[in-house]
Amino acid sequence: MSYCRQEGKDRIIFVTKEDHEAPSNAELIADDPNDPYEEQGLILPSGDINWNCPCLGGMASGPCGSQFKEAFSCFHYSTDEVKGSECIDNFRNMQECMQKYPELYPQEEDKESTTQAESDSVAASAAQTEGSALSPETDATPSTSDPSPDSASPTDSHTAS
Amino acid sequence: MLTCRSVWRKLPPLARASSTLCRVGVRRAVLNNGGPVRVPAANMSTGPSGGGREKQLYVALVGAATLAGGVYAYRTVKGDQRRYQERIDDISSRPLKLSGKQTDEPLNLSEPSATEATETPVEATETEPVAEPEPEAAPAPEEPTPPAPEAEAAASTETTEPVPVETPAVDATPALPEVPSHAPYLLIGGGTASFAAARSIRARDPGAKVLIVTEESEFPYMRPPLSKELWFSDDSSVTETLRFKQWNGKERSIYFQPPSFYIQAEELASAENGGVAVLSGRKVVHMDVRGNKVKLDDDTEISYDKCLIATGGVPRNLQAIERAGEEVMKRTTLFRKIDDFKSLDKVSREAKSIAIIGGGFLGSELACALGRKSSEFGLEVMQMFPEKGNMGKVLPEYLSNWTTEKVKKEGVQVIAEALVKSVTFKDDRLEIKLRDGRLVQTDHIVAAVGLEPNVDLAKSAGLEVDSDFGGFRVNAELQARSNIWVAGDAACFYDIRLGRRRVEHHDHAVVSGRLAGENMTGANKPYWHQSMFWSDLGPDVGYEAIGIVDSSLPTVGVFAKATAKDTPRAATEESGTGIRSESETEETAVSPVASSTPAPALVQQRDNYGKGVIFYLRDKVVVGIILWNVFNRMPVARKIIKDGEEHADLNEVAKLFNIHED
Repeated sequence: MSYCRQEGKDRIIFVTKEDHEAPSNAELIADDPNDPYEEQGLILPSGDINWNCPCLGGMASGPCGSQFKEAFSCFHYSTDEVKGSECIDNFRNMQECMQKYPELYPQEEDKESTTQAESDSVAASAAQTEGSALSPETDATPSTSDPSPDSASPTDSHTAS
Repeated sequence: MLTCRSVWRKLPPLARASSTLCRVGVRRAVLNNGGPVRVPAANMSTGPSGGGREKQLYVALVGAATLAGGVYAYRTVKGDQRRYQERIDDISSRPLKLSGKQTDEPLNLSEPSATEATETPVEATETEPVAEPEPEAAPAPEEPTPPAPEAEAAASTETTEPVPVETPAVDATPALPEVPSHAPYLLIGGGTASFAAARSIRARDPGAKVLIVTEESEFPYMRPPLSKELWFSDDSSVTETLRFKQWNGKERSIYFQPPSFYIQAEELASAENGGVAVLSGRKVVHMDVRGNKVKLDDDTEISYDKCLIATGGVPRNLQAIERAGEEVMKRTTLFRKIDDFKSLDKVSREAKSIAIIGGGFLGSELACALGRKSSEFGLEVMQMFPEKGNMGKVLPEYLSNWTTEKVKKEGVQVIAEALVKSVTFKDDRLEIKLRDGRLVQTDHIVAAVGLEPNVDLAKSAGLEVDSDFGGFRVNAELQARSNIWVAGDAACFYDIRLGRRRVEHHDHAVVSGRLAGENMTGANKPYWHQSMFWSDLGPDVGYEAIGIVDSSLPTVGVFAKATAKDTPRAATEESGTGIRSESETEETAVSPVASSTPAPALVQQRDNYGKGVIFYLRDKVVVGIILWNVFNRMPVARKIIKDGEEHADLNEVAKLFNIHED
């Protein structure tokens, strides 16, 4: 059973698991997915890519940022049957650029194969591959409905920037 | 004057009459140049018609009052005049320092073309890679920027090296071209907020050219590990590498990006796709808002299109220590930067005793970190503060007391309710004398008594400084003036939901830096996404918090019994990151490491605040939430604060957090 105490202006309640079993009747205001103030996910309500998404780490802002943006945009807007098949050059540019900065973009096996998979466009669904293309470690579901909580992830050594 | 008034009040029947008299009298006296005061008997209902003695008393009182008033007025005016004169003298002495350099300017302005001609062949002989972009850099900046400020800036950059300009020798200094004369995006300060803004700008403005000017000699780095993870590292070279291993073995550097991320300052103007350049070891000393330019401490000027001020702050010191002289100051650390961490690490190995003054986040974290080393090094660690318990200004009293016990268990001698009166250097040791007479002897002091926001540029820039919270006063969109934004510790901003505030936390620097960067690229968004903060005090106590967490507010705490699984260690293992704010953006590991015992050990004590949620209320609305040993639920907390609703039963709200589960 819950147990309550008051210490001056502070109230203390101890609860057991059973006390909290019943669902809460606290009311929360429904979120507006198009709220301009909110932090957006990877894909904006307009369908554009949110380059400032924390989920991208520093990919869009580093030295190879523009190559990355080109490649990724091309893929995102590609309407080919095999999505992104016309973007191979962009991806190659991006890879060449990244190879110049091995410290920033560690050339890992699975990373390379993932990028390869992108350019070969063996993609199950656009949303999923968009998530995995970026970096295996920093994955974030690119949903627009929940505001992805923000923090400029100080990149760890595995994350491309 | 006031004493006179109180004397008058003691004569009630005459008080009103005589006060009006006095006013009339003083006015008369001033007008008549101190002529005799006459009593206009006709105006008074209680006229002192009878009794010459009373009349004399009146005159005496009024005369005394007039005299006292006159003396007071005279003294005040003289004092003000003196202070004014001192200030004028002070100001007039300053231009003298600059005038020496300024006289060079008109001389060089007359021959900019000649010097430029001599510059380029000189530079061509240099073998540095700088030489190549140089001839480009000279004509290139003129294209994107209007010629007028360009010529000005070019002339002024040349004035910094008056000697080599006049004698065009091969040793034309590389320092000349290093500072670009114009930066589309200029970020003053090289800390967390600045870096977050740089990243945001680069993401949103393709090919953006961002220049970070910092006083420090380091690239941007994050501060939390300096008082947390770096102390727990097993690596003996941690002070050099500044890398820390997280619980799950993943290593990371405290620098946001390795040096190869940044481009050279001199390449900024010509970089095809832009980039972020860091100009280190330079201080911005003057800001010309009207001319959209700043001046550095070496007199170079940089003009900008958009500017961010992210100057952070400087640790406060105790007056007792500042007064105490050099021997004491030498043995005192004001902890904030990498160098402070390095020197404190050295001290912790050499000294026998360290005293930490301050019971807030930094003081408590350092105390716990050093406390853990205390047994290792035979080090005595003490922590003293004026409050009753650790985090006394943040946690409600019961929790503050509980936390203090935990801190003590980390090997720290906690001295609560301690006000430092004086510090002396005696017998090769420091002696701290407290207000209540207690004496504490130690070898080294760490002062963690707050941060003074750096608003040095406010004066020259004509920016408003907030008198309540300190820092630059900015609006809800972090804007101070048209092209100037402020973010991080130095920004006193308007939070739409919670009101005007200034926040000194890492995640706030990230959030506000990002927002400033967005607004600098045209987003026009207010501060809306609430930042969070966290703290770990030893392996058993960790919490995340959001909003206004002030112990003077009424609180409601809902607690469950803790199991062995609810510790900060378990949280970081599960999320795979040491920086708690990141666990929200990085996907939590699918299979939790769960190295903790599978069978939860239930603690039977009733008042064990193992884990729970604490709500801070202001006018019945939740304005702050602490998640006590409950992790990865920050989005729920953020939502509750964002809604700003009055909830009748906070226990129901607490249910949303599922505190009994992992």
